[in-house]
Amino acid sequence: MIAESMYQELILEHYKHPQGRGLRDPYDAEVHHVNPTCGDEITLRVKLGDGGKVEDVSYDGQGCSISQAAASVLHELTAGSTVDETLAVVEEFTRLMQSRGQVEADEDVLGDAVAFAGVAKFPARVKCALLAWMAYKDAVVRSST
Amino acid sequence: MNTGFDVERIRKDFPVLSRELPGGRPLVYLDSGNSAQKPTQVIDVMREHLAMHYSNVGRAMHALGAESTEAYENARDKVAAFIGAPSRDEVVFTKNASEALNLVAYGFGNPTNDDPRFRLGPGDEIVISEMEHHSNIVPWQLLAQRTGATLKWFSVTDEGRLDLSNLEELVTERTKIVSIVHQSNVLGTVNPVAEVLARVRQVGALMMLDASQSVPHQQVDVAALGVDFLAFTGHKVVGPSGIGVLWGRGELLEAMPPFMGGGEMIEAVWMDHSTYAPAPHKFEAGTPPIVEAIGLGAAVDYLSAIGMDAIVQHERELTGYALGALGEVPGLRVIGPESLDRRGGTVSFTLEGIHPHDVGQILDDNFGVAVRVGHHCARPLHLRFGIPATTRASFYLYNTPAEIDALVRGLHHVQKVFA
Ligand SMILES: Cc1ncc(COP(=O)(O)O)c(C=O)c1O
Repeated sequence: MIAESMYQELILEHYKHPQGRGLRDPYDAEVHHVNPTCGDEITLRVKLGDGGKVEDVSYDGQGCSISQAAASVLHELTAGSTVDETLAVVEEFTRLMQSRGQVEADEDVLGDAVAFAGVAKFPARVKCALLAWMAYKDAVVRSST
Repeated sequence: MNTGFDVERIRKDFPVLSRELPGGRPLVYLDSGNSAQKPTQVIDVMREHLAMHYSNVGRAMHALGAESTEAYENARDKVAAFIGAPSRDEVVFTKNASEALNLVAYGFGNPTNDDPRFRLGPGDEIVISEMEHHSNIVPWQLLAQRTGATLKWFSVTDEGRLDLSNLEELVTERTKIVSIVHQSNVLGTVNPVAEVLARVRQVGALMMLDASQSVPHQQVDVAALGVDFLAFTGHKVVGPSGIGVLWGRGELLEAMPPFMGGGEMIEAVWMDHSTYAPAPHKFEAGTPPIVEAIGLGAAVDYLSAIGMDAIVQHERELTGYALGALGEVPGLRVIGPESLDRRGGTVSFTLEGIHPHDVGQILDDNFGVAVRVGHHCARPLHLRFGIPATTRASFYLYNTPAEIDALVRGLHHVQKVFA
């Protein structure tokens, strides 16, 4: 029952009660990312403030529990942080997802996102977990240029 | 069942069905619409050929060459008989159904083909349907882009039937080719070929059937169907992958240009031009999938020995059982006909509030139930129903009601996880 360990309570909780969902104004950049193999998609907006602060990450999309919960966790993690801080988390999250389950997750960096560690063992689902995070990275790049 | 059909005996023919998955899960294979499992009878014939008779076909002047060529051409005879082809020369071996569909599309609007039936340009029309597999969509889109012809679509009704209410406006004097699926790989719907064909004949167009999902599951007789072209794929008829079939009426194949050039498809080659072998070899450039074709021959032998009627009956019982059992799962919506009328053993559905990828993952990982999740290469159909994806269970001769029970138990568990 490996999959049970992928569906952590925290992931299911975020899936059922997504945080910060819905597209909001104002925003600096909007991106739309899709996962062509499974059709999951996300539209994500980023609003940056003074001192490199992330003021808001808003999003809308459709897909499996993993992709939707990942967007919700991302929203929580970015709130009140600086861009640099969040990009460090994105980096650690990406490293974890691409590890095929071979690296220990750094909970200090990842916070709630550590719940996705089990997903790394399912190569077909890694893209689901990364969808929102890659969209965020893209949006940040676009809003600072 | 009193048809002499013994599913437990049949299951013994398929070695994979008795294997265990990691963690000691039994395998419940409900993904035959994607690809079917292979019986020992096919595996043994292929192994024997590779081990004892293998050589290239058609060009080797030695004993092995003769044996290999004979086995390869015998497979063509078997396939021709299996689908009721009036002539063995009308059976072209391709790589799969996709290649067969592309091959026919390539024949239209082609400057090297001046046969009026294949002439295609701006103002001419191609008609397909919303329930097509991408393999019966993209080749026609490419053709429309190359030639400036217009691609038109049959709609699908809410029940998952081909909408023929505008048949006469859709298929007109401007139509050159109508290509539709015989049995839908998502809905299970079996389409009314005769009704469409009558209109196609009225307007003087040609008609192709994508029979990838019908040839494995019912007796398909190309002569009785009366269409012009038909495609199917070996791996769904308990044969190997890498081999498919295009059947086409002889006079049409004769009029069509070769799809690929190479060895074996020629009659003579000069420096400034070539002449081509007659069909089917005109369309079989290069060394073909020899052992795969021979395996396909063994596969149709296997199905014939069991009897397509018995297979139809068995799948009908399974499908009726599945529709009943799935109908009792709360929040489950079947996408496609909910009665046994003109439908096969493919049942796609959504579970309210739960994404198919989550359904498929838990079914596989906890119960060893293999289903397909996603859009099943039929994205326009899913868009039509306003859903991104479905979960699909597809049955074949070796499935049992107990496996459907396992599916239903699994679905209840999925609902518990996401409750
Ligand atoms: C209806 C239909 N058409 C075409 C195909 C394509 O078959 P292949 O991938 O073997 O070419 C499939 C199977 O995937 C199918 O179900």
